[in-house]
Amino acid sequence: MLSVDIKKKLGDFELNVAFETEDEVMALLGASGCGKSMTLKCIAGIEKPDSGRIVLNDRVLFDSEAHVNLTPQERQVGYLFQQYALFPNMTVEQNIMLGAHKKPKEERSAIAKAQIKAFRLDGLEKHYPHQLSGGQMQRTALARIMAAEPEILLLDEPFSALDSYLKWQLEMEMSDTLKAFGRDVIFVSHSRDEVCRLCGTVCVLTNGSSDPKESVTELMQTPGTVGAALLSGCKNFSKAERLDDHHVRCLEWGVDLETGAAVPADMTFAGIRAHYFKLSYDKNPIPTHVERVVEDAFSTILMLSTPGGSEGRSLLRLELDKGALSGIRMGDDLTVYIAPEDVMLLSGTGLQ
Amino acid sequence: MNWFPLLNSLRIAAIAAVIVFFTGIAAAYYIARLPKLVKGVLDVVLTLPLVLPPTVVGYLLLRLMGPKRVLGVWMLETFGIRLTMQWWSAIFAVTVVVFPLMYRTARGAFESFDPVLAQAGQTLGLSNTYIFWRIRMPYCRQGIIAGVVLAFARAIGEYGATSMIAGYTPGKTATVATEVYQLWRIGDDAMALKWVLINMAISAVVLLAVNLLERKNGRRRA
Repeated sequence: MLSVDIKKKLGDFELNVAFETEDEVMALLGASGCGKSMTLKCIAGIEKPDSGRIVLNDRVLFDSEAHVNLTPQERQVGYLFQQYALFPNMTVEQNIMLGAHKKPKEERSAIAKAQIKAFRLDGLEKHYPHQLSGGQMQRTALARIMAAEPEILLLDEPFSALDSYLKWQLEMEMSDTLKAFGRDVIFVSHSRDEVCRLCGTVCVLTNGSSDPKESVTELMQTPGTVGAALLSGCKNFSKAERLDDHHVRCLEWGVDLETGAAVPADMTFAGIRAHYFKLSYDKNPIPTHVERVVEDAFSTILMLSTPGGSEGRSLLRLELDKGALSGIRMGDDLTVYIAPEDVMLLSGTGLQ
Repeated sequence: MNWFPLLNSLRIAAIAAVIVFFTGIAAAYYIARLPKLVKGVLDVVLTLPLVLPPTVVGYLLLRLMGPKRVLGVWMLETFGIRLTMQWWSAIFAVTVVVFPLMYRTARGAFESFDPVLAQAGQTLGLSNTYIFWRIRMPYCRQGIIAGVVLAFARAIGEYGATSMIAGYTPGKTATVATEVYQLWRIGDDAMALKWVLINMAISAVVLLAVNLLERKNGRRRA
């Protein structure tokens, strides 16, 4: 169990993060520079928050009011760095044995042997880090962390240093490792796909501020804020005003839409996913003009001007499987539809 | 031929190299963590002996340690030790003159160290002392060895400050550098040339060693 509630000011940037985990794999999702890594460093004790409290499994790691601030050494936190941070002057085996340095000497090599086997590093014991591939480096770093028996795992964009070809294999291995670990894992990422595949819950960070924790399914289906919607892959946004409980006026698209859910009072934007448009339906017609047809590998993308205009956010992006749109050309008029339950009602600012 | 000046130069340079090894590394390590302003000021003060004429260093040391000055009087009265005109007086002069060489090379080496490695060590529970000696120092080894060797080479060649604080007493405080000057002054050109050649040979060997170290360093990074 980890509970975090911290604030830290860095020049103009202000970190304000609060969440709690319950032996789960939680993602900290956000664009780069939003404070994800800084949050991990505060948990690990590498950076010191200005105020707040961090509690891990009933141990207070940091409490500004009680003046508690444990050193990184005392926190028992497993931290996987982006570039893995293997010690370059030591072999794979020596790196892993260092993880177990608190154990009696006789046990260390047995622990290292077990981890080498668990992470399929057999035969690489005497290799130095610069002789390893990216995947082997990551496995060595994980083995070293596991040898230290941490109470929590902090993973800082673990796949960012790898080619996409390797990523898939490593992601599946990582998934097994996290399941076997069975304790709290904080997974920092800017990729919604990684988060979907590896994490159960997610806490979205926008410009240093955290949204309440939610399940990954919730985030993908009904993101509550503009920041969350952006990260979940939503492509179309319009400033919106409430008309009544189930109708909004989308200012930039120049249309009024019926909504499935009741319109919340703090709504600032409406959002529509590029995949959710329909070409025939009985509600929410949007008259458009095809400005551009873009052929992607497996889908076709239309850029559509709306009654609101043909620039910036007034343009809609519609994406359908290849073939579904055959016959539509640049310059055609096209009416598209959106089901009321697919109109996302978002709060927050995130967009200018 | 009397080899005393060579032995004296070597022992002075060796002791000074050991002293600046520890003090230079400590200064480089701790000063890097200080606030910007303090760091800037200390940096200038510690590098000053590199650009000052050695005679200025000698003058300042004599102001401090001379037989009629604060530290000199105190040492003489308390321990009966005279700080100047001893063979080891040259160690003070040489240490001050070569300190910036060690300090600056160590600082450069430490700056190339990836702080994430130290952070990784800390989260694994390794003590800061262990991280310093077993991870940071091996990582920066080439730069630090180069610094020591350079400091040693410069120490052997030190003349100005040494001649002021240790003087020239044959068989007692003479070094290679002061011997050359003395021989030239009394017109013993042949002996002067011998010592000049010895000095050049030592310096060449040392610089060769530095170059070899740097080449090895380059290959390891590539």
